[in-house]
Amino acid sequence: MTIDSRFLPRPDAGALLHMTLDGAPITARAGDTLAAAILAASGDASRHSTMGTPRTAYCMMGVCFDCLIEVDGQPNTQACMVAARDGMVLARQNGARGLRKLSSTPAQSNADG
Amino acid sequence: MVDVDLIIIGAGPAGMAAAATSAQGGARVLMLDEQPQAGGQIYRNLGAETPPPAYLGASYAAGKPLLAGLRTAGITGEFNATVWRIDSDAGMPRVLWSRGGTSHAGQAPHVLLAGGAQERPTPFEGWTLPGVMPAGAAQILMKTAQLLPRDAVLAGSGPLLYLIAAQLIDAGAPPQALVETQTPAMMTRAMRHLPRVLLALPELAKGLALIRKITAAGIPRYTSAAGFHASMRTDGRLDFSFTAKGRAHTLCTPILLTHQGVIPSTHISRAAGIAHAWNPAQQAIAPVTDRWGGSDVEGLHIAGDGAGIGGAEAARAAGELAALDILRRLGRIDKNTRDRQAKAPRRALTRAMAIRPFLDAAYAPPPEILAPDGETIVCRCEEITAAEIRQSLEGGATGPRGVKTATRAGMGPCQGRMCDLTLRGILENCGAAPALPRARTPIKPVALGELAALAPHRKTKA
Ligand SMILES: Cc1cc2nc3c(=O)[nH]c(=O)nc-3n(C[C@H](O)[C@H](O)[C@H](O)COP(=O)(O)OP(=O)(O)OC[C@H]3O[C@@H](n4cnc5c(N)ncnc54)[C@H](O)[C@@H]3O)c2cc1C
Ligand code: FES
Repeated sequence: MTIDSRFLPRPDAGALLHMTLDGAPITARAGDTLAAAILAASGDASRHSTMGTPRTAYCMMGVCFDCLIEVDGQPNTQACMVAARDGMVLARQNGARGLRKLSSTPAQSNADG
Repeated sequence: MVDVDLIIIGAGPAGMAAAATSAQGGARVLMLDEQPQAGGQIYRNLGAETPPPAYLGASYAAGKPLLAGLRTAGITGEFNATVWRIDSDAGMPRVLWSRGGTSHAGQAPHVLLAGGAQERPTPFEGWTLPGVMPAGAAQILMKTAQLLPRDAVLAGSGPLLYLIAAQLIDAGAPPQALVETQTPAMMTRAMRHLPRVLLALPELAKGLALIRKITAAGIPRYTSAAGFHASMRTDGRLDFSFTAKGRAHTLCTPILLTHQGVIPSTHISRAAGIAHAWNPAQQAIAPVTDRWGGSDVEGLHIAGDGAGIGGAEAARAAGELAALDILRRLGRIDKNTRDRQAKAPRRALTRAMAIRPFLDAAYAPPPEILAPDGETIVCRCEEITAAEIRQSLEGGATGPRGVKTATRAGMGPCQGRMCDLTLRGILENCGAAPALPRARTPIKPVALGELAALAPHRKTKA
């Protein structure tokens, strides 16, 4: 099911950028991050966690990694840190697959932290 | 190749003030920030071409002189640049950052860490649901995308909660309620710091004006709130339950904005090898610095909320003080000049810090947020609950390292940014020794290909 955006509709601000999210059209305003554009469009999950629970962008400042999304085929992109551009192809990530790949970079081998 | 005397990481009030002061003193400065523009958290997007919405108020517009200071000759700014490592090469600090998918390295005799703060994680059952978000995150959306939360509930405590409520009222999108965890006991404990607050009367007056605005707008305030719980209806709205003064309440809202103050972002300073200590008054980890922001690692300095929470005015003053001492170390000014020029920022810092002990006590995070229990998720990345962490402690795990190995808590992509403090709270609560967690580089994930193709950048002659 689709869930309404949790934010008020924005006043018109001229030209829109056009992207797709899982094949469906989604628009953004110039200056929007991907996370802002997605939150403006829908109140639905933009990702499902390792255990399949729904998530949306959380901290909006690059800290929590809850906003991870696939952008033009590139998984694990932080949607709150990337500006929207015309023609971007976005896909929601579901489950552990993408995340585990990220976790295997040296960044995450901090077991002794 | 550009030679620089100082690399500043973070273009918030601390970094901007330090850049202007050091460049005015003749230093060549490279400033890096992972945001697209200077401003930091408080003044985020203030420099945008289209004027910011008026509802963000005077405290937001007050950042304009700091932004103007960046036009001082000698400052080079690089934005969308995420620093992921600080080390040293041939005895000189080296900074590595990623920009547009390429990594760069730069060296300078001095590096100022001005990376600021993050909001304190506020775990309770349901805090991972869509529609639950930190209040400061919603404010970022107001500043950068003119997105206003619909019929929000603001829950938690702290001055920023009141500021955001007031901004929402002025924006014509008032929250439906404030649910405050502050208790009369916290206020009583705060009162003994009141004499010092006399130094900060304008600050106090501003806070009281915010509260008056909220009351005047007729927004219900629930106080002594506890037992937060959120669940989602099929239409996506949240049922937010809690008790206030012992009575049970449930509010239905599309968006629940939580806040329990901010904490220094210390992954960068910890990974750089700087000594840190636990600050019990602020319930946070903070780097150990001298009164100029100098650290125990040669050439590394820290200023602003990343060194301990003081707010924007304190960050600005601390940035200036750090810059003055760096100018002295560079041999551009002598000690007397440093001390003379330091008088005004030192006074400003003292004034700005005067209200902190009061605020820290009055808006202390409640125990159930610091050390949750039961099915509350602690580690959002790996979805580890408080009960699982407590079980691992009963099962013999000791310290953060043992818990991490036993449960995977803190080993996801956020590297513990969302659970380090909660893990510590639970360890303390269970009587275990809460050692300071380590942070490793890269502090933000970097693609392996990027590491391999590390582009040389602005290397100074060592
Ligand atoms: C979400 C949020 C909202 C806030 N809103 C307000 C407000 O409205 N009013 C108020 O008085 N206070 C606010 N604060 C408190 C804020 O911490 C201080 O007011 C003030 O901004 C601190 O200044 P600073 O210079 O220390 O750090 P900041 O202003 O936080 O600036 C730090 C800068 O460093 C950059 N940075 C951090 N790490 C890296 C890295 N690894 N690589 C590159 N760049 C990096 C960040 O992008 C940021 O621009 C807010 C805090 C948060 C977390
Ligand atoms: S929303 Fe937290 S990292 Fe993007």
